Amino acid sequence: MILEDAPLILDAFDVHKSYGEHEVLKGITSEVMKGEVVCLLGPSGSGKSTFLRCVNQLEKPDVGSIQINGELIGYERRGDKLFELSDDRLAAQRCMTGMVFQNFNLFGHLNAIENIMLAPRLVLKQDKDETRHEAERLLDQVGLKGRERAYPSQLSGGQQQRVAIARALAMKPQLMLFDEPTSALDPQLVGEVLSVIRGLAETGMSMMIVTHEISFARSVADKVMFMADGVVIEVGPPSQVLDNPQAERTIEFLSEL
Amino acid sequence: MNSTRAQALLGADRTAATDGPRPRGATSIVQVIPARYPYRWIGGSIALLLCVWGLYTVATSPNITWSVVAAYILNGTILEGMRLTIVLTIVSLTVGVILGTVLATMRLSNNPVLQVISSAYITTFRGTPLLIQIIFWFNIALVVPVIRIGWPQAGFGFETQTNVIMTAMTAAILALGLNEAAYMAEIVRGGIISVPKGQDEAASSLGLTKRQAMWRVVLPQAVRAIVPPTGNQLIIVLKNTSLVSVIAARELLTATQQIYSTNFYTIELLIVAAGWYMVMTAVATILQGYLESRLEYSLRSRTHPFHKRFVRSLLSIGRKNYMEVRG
Ligand SMILES: Nc1ncnc2c1ncn2[C@@H]1O[C@H](COP(=O)(O)OP(=O)(O)O)[C@@H](O)[C@H]1O
Ligand SMILES: [Mg+2]
Repeated sequence: MILEDAPLILDAFDVHKSYGEHEVLKGITSEVMKGEVVCLLGPSGSGKSTFLRCVNQLEKPDVGSIQINGELIGYERRGDKLFELSDDRLAAQRCMTGMVFQNFNLFGHLNAIENIMLAPRLVLKQDKDETRHEAERLLDQVGLKGRERAYPSQLSGGQQQRVAIARALAMKPQLMLFDEPTSALDPQLVGEVLSVIRGLAETGMSMMIVTHEISFARSVADKVMFMADGVVIEVGPPSQVLDNPQAERTIEFLSEL
Repeated sequence: MNSTRAQALLGADRTAATDGPRPRGATSIVQVIPARYPYRWIGGSIALLLCVWGLYTVATSPNITWSVVAAYILNGTILEGMRLTIVLTIVSLTVGVILGTVLATMRLSNNPVLQVISSAYITTFRGTPLLIQIIFWFNIALVVPVIRIGWPQAGFGFETQTNVIMTAMTAAILALGLNEAAYMAEIVRGGIISVPKGQDEAASSLGLTKRQAMWRVVLPQAVRAIVPPTGNQLIIVLKNTSLVSVIAARELLTATQQIYSTNFYTIELLIVAAGWYMVMTAVATILQGYLESRLEYSLRSRTHPFHKRFVRSLLSIGRKNYMEVRG
């Protein structure tokens, strides 16, 4: 599915991030090609969330460069100098990535369709009717046709997460980031969310997914990246990393699941 | 439980009360005698006697002319004073809410200068007596005798004596509004903090700027936490308006004082004013309750109205009189 010479959507190079003395990311290099699905695995506290948050600039890396679709994130390069971008420019750049959080983070004061419409209207200044039309189509895509007017509190966790996915898609991102999208769900609701993500993969969306669902990763990922203690331990196709891991940390992690 | 139902239950054959050992798991229905609370009656009686005695003293005092109270309740000056009190309350609270929201967002911004200014403002205005602030604003002309905006000499802008602008009413609105802003700032800040951080992050990840995230996502949700304490502030501001009588702002208490300074029915007129303040706070309380219920605050811990709880706790009634027990 991925062309050999497909363009790079995400090109992260040597990303470092510390909180005080604690270095959480110790030089992460990672690539996602157009249409590629990368699953990010690793024990809790290994820095997976921090890496995703660096990619969409919710956190600012201390060192390292991140390019999305060829555009340097967080800085503007002029000659041999990098100029930090203002908050407003950063906000505009964040539209290139869509983020889906573990806790859904739907806007509690807005119903499903308003959740989806808010950012396209405010940020992209899209026409209202067009946005509504698009939002309805997205709700249909995630299997929630007819729940336009439901408030987050009236939806199950699985439904909320599917609205959250639709909300991110409404910004037409180049790259979707999922941070443990099913970890907060009751087991019987995991499937509906994973199948929406699977459907998204089939549309050719480039994605980076942090997950603990190994069988899902095996079936959906083009590439699996295993992280521990802020470094990438092993990268490769699922058949290699999941079924025939080489590094000791990976073997240990997979056996504990 | 009424007695017919109890009888029916007692009559049920599986619950026939007998002595001696009973089969495991069998149940019987026995009457419950509620505990009596004699001290509630004694304490209540003493307190009630004291109240009656106090009220009787006031009501029958030859020094209070109740006909004067009645005569002034709908007096024109009093009603005009009340109108001003209401205007003053609404305007001050509005100033407080708007400025308080600005101060709260300043306090929570990433700009250290704005943070410090906001903190200093809140500390100053909460740390000094409102009465002093009222007198201060009324006398601001002593500090700033002339107010100049623009450059009047060059033909644009304007200039005026501070005293012309700083009437008692302006000073009252400034003092009450600026003071209220300090309290509202803390209330709004608390409301903002109560909104989970993920809401702001989700908004950011969708490309909203910090300002858009604050005004379109965080603040609308903070409102749930802001409205109830703001209702309390409404009542506090309403009563605080009486303090501006020191600068004779013509609101209810000033109007009252004006009348009794000429006819010397001091207590009678204070009773009139107090009565109206109570009416206004009662209306404010009802308004507050309405607003809260509109926001779906179902935090009602007390399900029974007051008069029912009153009787119940004195008489120990309303509990089950019969109870099914094992053995
Ligand atoms: N805002 C923060 N401040 C301080 N430490 C943090 C912060 N966010 C994450 N960390 C620390 O960084 C480490 C990696 O966290 P995280 O990226 O959430 O790991 P993962 O998602 O892989 O479980 C953890 O030890 C965590 O305590
Ligand atoms: Mg995480």
